[in-house]
Amino acid sequence: MRYIRPLSIEDAVGELAKAVGPAAILAGGSDLLVRMKGGFIEPELIVDIKAISGLADITQTADGFRIGAAVPCAVLGENKAVRKAWPGVVEAANLIGSKQVQGRCTITGNLCNASPAADSVPALVAAAAKAVVAGPSGKRTIAVESVPTGPGRTSLAKGEIIEAILLDKRPEHAGDAYLRFIPRTEMDIAVVSAGVNLTLDDKGAIKTARVALGAAAPTVLLVEEAGQVLVGSRLDEATLERLAKICSGACRPIDDKRGTIEFRRKVAGVLAQRAAAIAYKRAGGK
Amino acid sequence: MAGVAVSTTINGDAVEYLCQPDETLLEVLRDRLGLTGAKEGCGTGDCGACSVIVDGRLVCSCLVLGAEAEGRKVETIEGMAHGDQLHPLQQKFLEHAALQCGICTPGFLIAAKDLLEKNPSPTEEEIRFGLAGNLCRCTGYDKIVRAVQDAAEVMKGA
Amino acid sequence: MNFDPRYSGRNFSSVGTRPIRPDGIDKVTGRARYGADFNMAGQLVGRILRSPHAHAVIKKIDTSKAEKLAGVKAVITAKDLPDLTDGDAAMYDILDNSMARTKALYDGHAVAAVAAIDARIARQALKLIEVDYEVLPHITDVDEAAQHHAPLINDQIFTEGLEEKPAKPSNVTKRTQFGHGDVHKGFAQADFIVERSFKTEQTHQGYIEPHACVASVNPDGTADLWVCTQGHFVYRQHCAQLLGLEASKLRVTSSEIGGGFGGKTHVWAEPVALALSRKAGRPVKLVMTRDEVFRASGPTSATSIDVKIGARKDGTITAAEATLRYSCGPYAGSWAEIGAMTAFACYNLENVKTVGYEVLVNRPKTAAYRAPSAPMAAFAVESAVDELAHELGMNAVDFRIKNAAQEGTRASYGPVYGPIGIGPTLEAVKNHPHMKAPLKANQGRGMACGFWFNFGGQTCTDLNIGMDGSVSLAVGTVDVGGSRASLSLVAAEELGIDYSQVKAIVADTSSLGYNDMTDGSRGTFSSSMATISAARNAIKILRDRAAQMWDIPVDDVVWEKGHAIAKGEKYGNLSPLSLKDIAAKSGTTGGPIAGHSELVADGAGVSFATHICDIEVDPETGATRVIRYTVVQDAGKAVHPTYVEGQYQGGAAQGIGWALNEEYIYGKDGRLQNAGFLDYRIPVCSDLPMIDTQILEIPNPNHPYGVRGVGETSIVPPLAAIANAVSNAVGVRMTHIPMSPPRILAALDAEREG
Repeated sequence: MRYIRPLSIEDAVGELAKAVGPAAILAGGSDLLVRMKGGFIEPELIVDIKAISGLADITQTADGFRIGAAVPCAVLGENKAVRKAWPGVVEAANLIGSKQVQGRCTITGNLCNASPAADSVPALVAAAAKAVVAGPSGKRTIAVESVPTGPGRTSLAKGEIIEAILLDKRPEHAGDAYLRFIPRTEMDIAVVSAGVNLTLDDKGAIKTARVALGAAAPTVLLVEEAGQVLVGSRLDEATLERLAKICSGACRPIDDKRGTIEFRRKVAGVLAQRAAAIAYKRAGGK
Repeated sequence: MAGVAVSTTINGDAVEYLCQPDETLLEVLRDRLGLTGAKEGCGTGDCGACSVIVDGRLVCSCLVLGAEAEGRKVETIEGMAHGDQLHPLQQKFLEHAALQCGICTPGFLIAAKDLLEKNPSPTEEEIRFGLAGNLCRCTGYDKIVRAVQDAAEVMKGA
Repeated sequence: MNFDPRYSGRNFSSVGTRPIRPDGIDKVTGRARYGADFNMAGQLVGRILRSPHAHAVIKKIDTSKAEKLAGVKAVITAKDLPDLTDGDAAMYDILDNSMARTKALYDGHAVAAVAAIDARIARQALKLIEVDYEVLPHITDVDEAAQHHAPLINDQIFTEGLEEKPAKPSNVTKRTQFGHGDVHKGFAQADFIVERSFKTEQTHQGYIEPHACVASVNPDGTADLWVCTQGHFVYRQHCAQLLGLEASKLRVTSSEIGGGFGGKTHVWAEPVALALSRKAGRPVKLVMTRDEVFRASGPTSATSIDVKIGARKDGTITAAEATLRYSCGPYAGSWAEIGAMTAFACYNLENVKTVGYEVLVNRPKTAAYRAPSAPMAAFAVESAVDELAHELGMNAVDFRIKNAAQEGTRASYGPVYGPIGIGPTLEAVKNHPHMKAPLKANQGRGMACGFWFNFGGQTCTDLNIGMDGSVSLAVGTVDVGGSRASLSLVAAEELGIDYSQVKAIVADTSSLGYNDMTDGSRGTFSSSMATISAARNAIKILRDRAAQMWDIPVDDVVWEKGHAIAKGEKYGNLSPLSLKDIAAKSGTTGGPIAGHSELVADGAGVSFATHICDIEVDPETGATRVIRYTVVQDAGKAVHPTYVEGQYQGGAAQGIGWALNEEYIYGKDGRLQNAGFLDYRIPVCSDLPMIDTQILEIPNPNHPYGVRGVGETSIVPPLAAIANAVSNAVGVRMTHIPMSPPRILAALDAEREG
């Protein structure tokens, strides 16, 4: 086993590309070290990406925000500009684990761990966030929802690293929110979750909407029909009823140690309603 | 496996060690450096008993590699008191009997220190959520929360 | 030595104060040494290979590849722990549980172990051990295991306690029965009857410190064991017997203990560590991972309980009956028996009958957990009591007060009570402001009572007075939550000196006579009795020395407020001699001054508590939140009230976790699915409110200061109190613990759908 700390993304990609045995990328390590401890992964090579220039930075661009792959969620939570523009994404990122885990974990890591219950992912999907992928054949930018392909599996090829997550600049009258259900008040993995991202027109009607559900299927679900039902509405009760029904219907959950199929279906709808109400209020809707 | 040579600062002192690439900071502290104040309750970041502060960030030392400490500043429970002068949190934990078995206490003290440094006047709710990453099975948390509230008052007056 | 343990009403100067504990600074500075914090020269790392199967015959174990791995110093299987139990079935079960002999009986059962020069090599070595299993059908559910067609876990077990000896073996190891009167007659007199069935899932004590020990066995048969335990003397006996050592040559030192709650009263991996050390010829440190703690140590019974209670219109209970089935893991136990004894202990009943069935399942061996077996029985009974009060149209507190046991009541499990606290705790609850506080929508209030026996037992204490007048107190009961502070207070009280002059320690097994474990809420009760006795013995010597110094008869010397006083006008010119004065001269008046005590602490007073809690339920998700919680409990006499409060709060918090979210979840494959703190959900700080406490003091007549044990009773009422609160909040009777959100939501949906 080797531990390396490259200083450039090219070096990191090069090392990963030529690695013979299993290789792991280390940013926050809050998933990787747990999997190593449990014996689920025994990497030959650990590539610590925290010393790569730019990866630990949040930068505001003309198009929005670029959040480096090594930015801990605690740092993201302390960034006032991101918090103001994307409160739902930030609150989702700040729900991962404890304060201790917050000091280490990253939204890129949360995405690449590819858990259907990852807290930040439904919020990122609802936000139409993008991932910048660096690899042996150059860089590409992809929708975050195309990264996880199943529990623990991603679409990234050998040698590829996500170096940043991109969030768009917000228009007027925009809001997002994320809610998860956990049995305790902290420290649990989401039993089911919902992220909602809305923009409103000048009159307060919903102009665009994206709804994503977590822990409801093998990957985070973008429920396009749920977004469509919201568009044009002012979140009246009938719309919320339909939203819940669509979300419950879109779930393909499982029975496991954290919850039942029935529970997940039902609560997915409840959370989507509640998250939509928060996002609507944040967007300035009344 | 080739060892990784690490130069770091622990509780203000320069420290060098050689560790395995997959060895956690917690293992280094406990097994190589004799700093057994940080405890392993779970090894998976779920209990907070191994809490330390690295470069001003509260972390679980079981979820940090020893190799990652290179060039960083690590604070552990062993460095919390100044000589024979206990930190106000340590004193208040004693006065309020905020510990029964005491195994979670080092982690709680480190987490509470980090909490009060970032938020000197926390509400009860902020204390409870701020310390939610530290499990205590003995106290029901009541006396821990009161000790942190009392220490916050003392530290504001200092 | 003529020790009189009877209660004498006295004024206290030290007892009842709240000083800082003597072991406090070590614990807030990280210096205190727990099980895993100790090392020996040349120490190896021990690791255990565990069965992945719930039930399997071990056909063959090939350890040759592991033995050849560089850095491996010993590999052991059951063959290295030969059976020395000589027909002692209970010891055989401990042996088999520490290392499976012919069958793996649960997921996590130890089958082999290694000692290597470091943890990485030890882990690698485990992977090289080849075990050939023949997987057998398994059973993990307590009700299914009790059925006739269930897979048999042990074909040598025939149900005990039946009128006729059964012809076929069974997973039900024992039937027990308690009670008096005629329940049929009693139910015939009832105007209202409530009859319900309840279930509780298996929980773990959840101590934050995993089991850890360092074992060192020498070729001459001497050995040392450093271990986190609630009873180092018991560990010594068990380990010595299993390893074939002489007990007095095995020195066991109890480390600081990072929580036990009953789970560290049982020997787990310690015999394995000793066997590894013996084979390797070097010390071995063995620390369980959290996964191992959940899979292979600890848990409570899972239970299934039927309750029937009848009452007349005036609120008098005419009959009460319960059938209790408790899982024991794969070894015989007496868990249902204890449940059957405690079930109706709070009440004054003319006709009562309880029957317990002990049931084997392919789960880890059931272990004690704080008032073991009582919380589940109380959940069932107190739920039914609440429902019956509701049917009668009576206030739940008044109904209980009307039927509460009193001094002179014959308990449902046999004895006649002396002065007890159930009535006073109920009166205190009735008058508590909590009971009158307003509730909001979706909130409910519940209350419930709980009982625990409390134990005494064998106890030995040494009290040594230094020449500077300071006092060291060596006790043999492990300090699990501040007892060194309370015992120092007791020594100071009896000697009449300041608390700061006393320092209590927990002595190892070679330094003190035998002590039972710290269980049964006995630590402070029994060791304080032995401390008082030892102090009184020391006072006899102090008086004798003072008499020598004054050259007067010892009968003329009395001990008051820490001083020898010459009694009588003829000694008017003799100034009192302090303990310090006498100690300073001890070298020339007869040598060191000490007091010893060896006794069996009888008469542990029974303990009662009543809890109140408010719960808010989210009707759309089944989420619960504890809004307010109050504990009222009798302490007899609170020696260190802050630590008594701590026991009340800690027990309540554990009960809250049990009631709402904690449970062992097994897959169809018989494997434990949530062996970690992520998915075995103990309460976190933000889950709980402050937990208010009210200490009542109804003196125990059998203790000089009136002390009763306080540690365990506080976990008995919460399951029922919370179930009653949830049921009151949502209008549906909850009968399955834990009341996790999916269960509550399912119950609500079932009710809505009618």
